[in-house]
Amino acid sequence: MTTTTLALIPLLPLLAAALTCGLQNGRRAAGVAIAAMLGSCGLALAAFNEAWGMAADVHATFNIPWLTVGDTAIPLGFVLDPLNGAMLAMVTFIGLLIFIYSAGYMKDDERMARFFCYLSLFAAGMLGLVLANSLLLLFMCWEIVGVASYLLISFWFHKPEAAAAGKKAFIVTRIGDMGFLIGILLAFKTTGTLTLYNEAGNGMLQQDLTGTVFGISVAAVISLLLFMGAVGKSGQLPLHVWLPDAMEGPTPVSALIHAATMVAAGVFLVARTFPLFEVPLYEEGILKMTHVVAWVGAITALIAAFIALGQYDIKRILAYSTVSQLGLMMVGLGVGGVAVGMFHLLTHAFFKALLFLGAGSIIHGCHEEQDIRKMGGIWKPMRVTSIAYLCGTAALVALPFVTSGYYSKDQILAAAWGEPLMRPVFWIAAAASLLTAVYMTRQCLYVFAGEYRGGKTPHESPVTMTAPLVILALFALGMGMVFETSIFAKLQGEVIHDNFVIAVSMAVALGGIALGWLIYRGRALGQAADPLAAMPLVRKLWFDELYAATVGRLWSLAIIMAEQLNELLLRVRDLAVLLADRIGNAFAIGGDRKLIDTLAFDGMCNRLRSAGHAVTRLQNGFLPGYLRLIALGAVALGVLVFWIK
Amino acid sequence: MMLHHYLILAAVLFCVGLMGAFTRRNAIVVLFSVEIMLNAANLNFIAFWRYSDNPELLHGPMFTLFAIAVAAAEVAVGLALVIAVYRHFKTVDLESMNTLRE
Repeated sequence: MTTTTLALIPLLPLLAAALTCGLQNGRRAAGVAIAAMLGSCGLALAAFNEAWGMAADVHATFNIPWLTVGDTAIPLGFVLDPLNGAMLAMVTFIGLLIFIYSAGYMKDDERMARFFCYLSLFAAGMLGLVLANSLLLLFMCWEIVGVASYLLISFWFHKPEAAAAGKKAFIVTRIGDMGFLIGILLAFKTTGTLTLYNEAGNGMLQQDLTGTVFGISVAAVISLLLFMGAVGKSGQLPLHVWLPDAMEGPTPVSALIHAATMVAAGVFLVARTFPLFEVPLYEEGILKMTHVVAWVGAITALIAAFIALGQYDIKRILAYSTVSQLGLMMVGLGVGGVAVGMFHLLTHAFFKALLFLGAGSIIHGCHEEQDIRKMGGIWKPMRVTSIAYLCGTAALVALPFVTSGYYSKDQILAAAWGEPLMRPVFWIAAAASLLTAVYMTRQCLYVFAGEYRGGKTPHESPVTMTAPLVILALFALGMGMVFETSIFAKLQGEVIHDNFVIAVSMAVALGGIALGWLIYRGRALGQAADPLAAMPLVRKLWFDELYAATVGRLWSLAIIMAEQLNELLLRVRDLAVLLADRIGNAFAIGGDRKLIDTLAFDGMCNRLRSAGHAVTRLQNGFLPGYLRLIALGAVALGVLVFWIK
Repeated sequence: MMLHHYLILAAVLFCVGLMGAFTRRNAIVVLFSVEIMLNAANLNFIAFWRYSDNPELLHGPMFTLFAIAVAAAEVAVGLALVIAVYRHFKTVDLESMNTLRE
C-alpha cells in the first residue's frame, strides 16, 4: 500500500459526496455513491489483506507534513495495522451493503440524492477516522462524522422530533468532544507530537509519558479526557441520551451510523490509544483507566438493557440494545484489552447492522409502522426478512456455538472473570446479557408471533433490501467462528476458555430466552398491559427529565443571566456610542469647523484679504502721502545705516 | 561762529523745506520747498568744507556747484511738469490730482 492508495479509501466517498451534492436524480446519485463505495471497499480489502499479513505489533505509517509553525511540524497521515485494517474492511463492507440497501429504502424520497451525498460524506469521515495516524486528523474526521450524523438524523427535518433529535445528538456529543479536544491539547503539550506512530519511534503512543497532573499520571489524565470523547460518541452513560433519539433518522442511517460504525468510533478511539489507558493512575498503584472504562461500560450495559425492556418502538429497542452492547465493548476493552473489545465491535457491527436493516425492512413492509404493538405475524408474509432478523437476534443474545455474538461476548465475560478485581463487572455484564435475551425475545414475540395487528397487510421488501440482509446474516452467524483465532492473534489478545464462564454465558442466553417466553406465553400481545413496560422503563428511567431538571434548568438560569449581561452590555454600548458621538462632535465642531475651517483657512484668507486692503489703502493716489512715505523711508534708511555702523 | 551754528541753520532750513513739502497743497510751493531742502544740503557741504583740515582742495564748492546746476535743471523740468499738469487738470492742487487711485 502507498500513501495514495490509502488516501483514496476515504477520498473516493468524499469525491462521491462532492459529486452527488449537485445531482437531482436520486438513482444516479445512488449509482455514483455505490460505485465510489465499491472502489473504496476494494482498496480497503486490499489494505486489510496487507495488514493481516503484517506482524502483530507493526504499524505501517504514511505521514505527510502538513503544518509547520516555527520549529514544530505537525504531520498528518495514515497508519495501517491489524487494528484499523479490520475496521476498514468492516466499515467499507457494511457501508457498501447499506448503500445498496438505501438505494431500495429511499427510492421514493424526493431528496434521495442529498441522502447519498450525506451518506458518502459520512463514509469519508469514518474511513479517515479509522486510518488517521494523528490525533488531529482523527479529531477532524471525528467531527465530520458528527456533522454527517447530525445531517442524517435530522434528514426528515420537517418532523420536529427529527430536527430536535439531530440537535440533541450534536450537542450531547459535543460535551464529550470538549474533553477529547482538551485531551489532544494536553497530549500535544506532554509529548510534543500528535502523530500516534512514526518511523523514528517517538510517536505519541511510542513514548513513555512521565509527569503527573494533580497527582495523577499524565497518561491517565489524557486517556480520561479522550475517554470523555468516546463516552459522547459511543453513547455511554451519562451521555447516552442522544442515541435512542437518533432513531428518528432514516433506518439505513440508524444501521450504518448509530449501530455499526460511528458509535463504534468511541470504542475504536479507546482501542487506538490503548497504551495510554494501561498506565497506572498512581505510581506503584494497581488502578488504571481501563478499570474506569470497564465500570462505565458495565453500568451502561446494564441500565440500557433495562430501559430496552420497556420500549415499544422497534428501533428504539435496538438503539438501547446498541448502547448496552457498546457498554459491553467498553467492558471488553477495560478487562481484556484491544482484542476482546474490538472482536465484539466487529461482530456487533455485523449483527446490529443486520438487525437495523431487518427492522427497516419490517417497517417498510408494515407501511412505515414502528410500534411493535401494531405488528405481529410478520413471519408469514416476510419470510426472508424474518429469517435474517432471527439470525441477528440469535447473534445478539449470543446463542451458543452457532452465532458470532456468542464468541465475542464469551471472551468479554471470560476476561472479566479472569481478573479478580473485576468480578462485579463480570456479574453486571452477565446480568446485562440476560436482560438482552429477555428484551429480544419480547420484541421477536411481538413482531413475529400471532396475527398481524396493523391495518394494511405487510409485504416483503425488494431484493436490493433483502440481499444485504442475507449477506449480513451469514456474517452474523459465521464470523465469530471463522475469525476468532486470527483476530486474537493479530490484535495481541489471548483466547480464554473457562468452563464456568461458558456455562454462565449459555445460561444467561438460554435463560433469558426462556424467561421472556415464560413472561409473554399466552398473553394477548398488543392488547393487554405489558408486564415489563413499567413506568420507569417506558420513561427511560427519567434520564431526559433529569437532564431537563438539572442541566436544562441550569441552562435556563445561564440564559437569564446571559440576557441580563447582554442588557448591561447593551447599555454600556449605548453609553460608549454616546461618548464617541460627543467626542466626534467636539472634534468636528471644535477641531474641524472652528480650528481648521474658521481659524486656519477662512482666517488666513481674511487676514490676507485685510492685509491686501491695508496695502491698497497706501496706494491712494494722494501725492503728499507718497512724499511722506519717501521721507519716512529715507529716515529709516538713515537709521539703518547708522545702526549697521 | 562755529561749525555747529551753520549745521543748525542748515537743519532748520531742511526742516522748513520738509514741512513745506509735506503740508502745502500747491505744487509750485512744494517745488520751492524742495529747493530750500537742496540749499540746506548745499550749506552743509560748504560748512563742512570751510571747517575741514585742508580747505585748499575745494571739495565742498565743487559739490555745491554741481548741485546748483543739477537743481536748476531739475527746477526747469519740475516747472515744465507743473505747467503740463496745470494744463491737464486746470489746477496745481496736489490733493485733487488723484487719478492714480484705482
